[in-house]
Amino acid sequence: MTQETPALLRLEGVTKRYGATTALDGVDFDLRAGEVHALMGENGAGKSTLMKILSGDVARDAGRILIDGVPVEINGPRAAAAHGIAIIHQELNTVPAMTVADNLALGREPRTRWGSLDRRATLRQAKEKLSRIGADIDPRRELGSLSVGMQQMVEIARAVSEDARVLVLDEPTAALSRGESLELYRLVEEMRGRGVGLVYISHRMEEVWQLADRITVFRDGRLVGTRARADVVPGDVVSMMVGRDVGDLYAHAPRRPGDVVLAVEGLTDGALVGPVSFTVRAGEVVGMAGLIGAGRTETCRLLFGADRARGGTVRVHGRQVDARNPGQAVAAGIAMVPEDRKTQALFLDHPVEDNIGISSLRELSRGTVVRRGALRAGVREQMRRLRIRDSALQLPVRSLSGGNQQKVVLGRWLMRDADVVVLDEPTRGVDVGARREIYELVFDLAAAGKAVLVVSSDLPEVIGISDRVLVMRNGRIVADLDSTTATEEAVMAHATGTVSSTPGAQNV
Amino acid sequence: MSDPSRPGASAATAPSAPATPHVDAEERVAAQRGVRLAKWWDRVGILVVLVALVALMVAIAPNFASVSNLLNIARSISINAILAAGLTLVILTAGIDLSVGSILAVSGVVSVLAAVGGWPAWLAILAGVAAGSLAGLVNGILTAYLGLAAFIVTLGTMTALRGLAYTMTDGQPIVSNTLSFRDIGNGYMAGIPVPVVVMAVVYLVIWFLLERTRFGRQVYAVGGNAEAARLAGIDVRRVTTAVYVIAGACAGLAGIIFAARVVSAQPTAGTGYELDAIAAVVLGGTSLAGGRGRLYGTLVGSVILGVLSTGLILLNVQFFTQLLIKGGVIILAVAIDGLKQRPLRGQRARASGAAA
Repeated sequence: MTQETPALLRLEGVTKRYGATTALDGVDFDLRAGEVHALMGENGAGKSTLMKILSGDVARDAGRILIDGVPVEINGPRAAAAHGIAIIHQELNTVPAMTVADNLALGREPRTRWGSLDRRATLRQAKEKLSRIGADIDPRRELGSLSVGMQQMVEIARAVSEDARVLVLDEPTAALSRGESLELYRLVEEMRGRGVGLVYISHRMEEVWQLADRITVFRDGRLVGTRARADVVPGDVVSMMVGRDVGDLYAHAPRRPGDVVLAVEGLTDGALVGPVSFTVRAGEVVGMAGLIGAGRTETCRLLFGADRARGGTVRVHGRQVDARNPGQAVAAGIAMVPEDRKTQALFLDHPVEDNIGISSLRELSRGTVVRRGALRAGVREQMRRLRIRDSALQLPVRSLSGGNQQKVVLGRWLMRDADVVVLDEPTRGVDVGARREIYELVFDLAAAGKAVLVVSSDLPEVIGISDRVLVMRNGRIVADLDSTTATEEAVMAHATGTVSSTPGAQNV
Repeated sequence: MSDPSRPGASAATAPSAPATPHVDAEERVAAQRGVRLAKWWDRVGILVVLVALVALMVAIAPNFASVSNLLNIARSISINAILAAGLTLVILTAGIDLSVGSILAVSGVVSVLAAVGGWPAWLAILAGVAAGSLAGLVNGILTAYLGLAAFIVTLGTMTALRGLAYTMTDGQPIVSNTLSFRDIGNGYMAGIPVPVVVMAVVYLVIWFLLERTRFGRQVYAVGGNAEAARLAGIDVRRVTTAVYVIAGACAGLAGIIFAARVVSAQPTAGTGYELDAIAAVVLGGTSLAGGRGRLYGTLVGSVILGVLSTGLILLNVQFFTQLLIKGGVIILAVAIDGLKQRPLRGQRARASGAAA
């Protein structure tokens, strides 16, 4: 690698061990002023440990950290800030019930001479901070009333002090809509233009390709390599990440769908969604695409009985279901993997065993008494199928990676043997390797004759894994496309309602 | 610049076993350490406290270890332990029931009035338990189906039911020296006080419900994450209602024992008992946030409180000082509980910190 630009930040042989395991192993890494340096790697590869060393949350066991060629010690968040390092975590650390200005002042509230809060100074400083990152947000608004994207802007404004030189972003677009993501990309470009060095952690190949100057890949705690983006193609990076050639992520055996299993007719919530009608056949994977807010999640929740429908019918194998609550849907053979696994699907402090078995208790009980041996045997079988190691049986789900957590949710419904499986954004926050495993489980479901409905905002994914793609806009299905001929542009055009939509920058 | 294959590095690296593709080495170690400590504490931690306390009492309190004293302790804790058993279910669903003390009073009054009115003993007892269950049903429906906050609902029923107890008795104790079911409070079965036998049966039944039945798993699930439980197909409202009914039934049973002990219906019975019961549950390691805890812990927690009270009386410690010490012990126990969860909390920070 060349040394034309002096390294703003340099790590030399940085190592971190947890007990007998090495989370970071002799890592050499450098960041230049005015570059976007993407960090990629599967969950557990060491990216977050690196980030925590930079933020001062954990202490390294060996190696040096240099800023402008001078060795520094980062022994806590304050030290990190003093060295001009700002970290934006994946989850927001703000208070929704307070105003934007108060959030920006949190912990450093300006005081008047009398010791009371200085409202005017708070507001003025908030405006300064927001304009520093070019965000057009009224600081007097309540934070919770803003979109997630704007809340994140506030978080960035808070972290970026006047002398921030290094900005670390951890999957910043994970929870953002497309428009919000574009806004974030603009901010990233602007910070780069100002000479800030950005470390950009992401699973999304498209945005890495759009933003990054260099890409560094981690695997198993080691730095596999750093490449200039111009020198590689996405496939190279994926191979570096998983240590082997993954081939086509979406490859699956040809499918021959059978009879209609799920028939939805005129489903509506009486407000935003519907009337929606569609069918899914046995052994068929149907994708559901559309913009955020188009009504995809709402449709799934209606047919699953998670929200109350105001009209329409849902049939499974010709039998009318019309679930008024999820219990009825489950009894009728419908399963749903909800959008947010942590708040809607998992019991984070409970063991993997209970999380997988919870929806199959009726089948595995004698009367009301749970047959514990049978339950455990059933759970173990699912874990083998999901390739979750056996020793995780009693571990709290919280301690698993995002990919494994998602597999646990899938395992719950595999065990229940539902006829209709609805998956809402099943690969959100899941890395490439685990993603392929989840696809394979979806394909297995179809091969076993289940009707599978997959909601996804990832266009290559929704086209790649399904037989048909339903596109939703404004609460209605506006297109039913054959996946073999559908293009991302076509799906986008239907989703936005513009026939002449430009092929987005997302196309690699 | 980057050299992926530095010598000596591979030895310490976690082997990337293909069978376990995506498990974070770091989170695995932290998780296992945390889980081990938490499990150890769950199993024996609270017992250690109890054994230490008993040893201390045996050493310094005169006559503490005598059989009659131990049986006395057992009898004296039975009412609180029965209340706490039902309350454990409620707290496991992340709920709370402040009305159990008042339910105790109402049920006692109902049973005594029924017995005085000539009902056979078994029917009078059944009436008391039914009254308690009915009160629990009201709590449950208001909480689960109307979506009101359990704290407020049961604060309301606590006050209302106390008023009902006063109304039914005209504010005066109803004494009946010939109370038909007085043996429930004062009798012995095979040398063991009847309240202790009742307590044992209650614990066995609830333990079975919690650990062996579908309902028990659903209780933990509802407390762990109510929305996830609903989307997993569990009828959350029914489970929630059921735990309040069980708590009410337990309070009813406790009320009958109380009435039998004092051979009278006392409108003031059980005042403040809800707090002792909550203390026993929390002392036993059940999380007020729901989803985590064990019934056995509640029993041990009740015994600790009982041993402490009796021991302090035997030591002739002033009543005011007793309160100070009991309060201190409760706070200490909860502090230890918080300490035990620290490794898990670190894990949570890690898990939420990043994907890598």
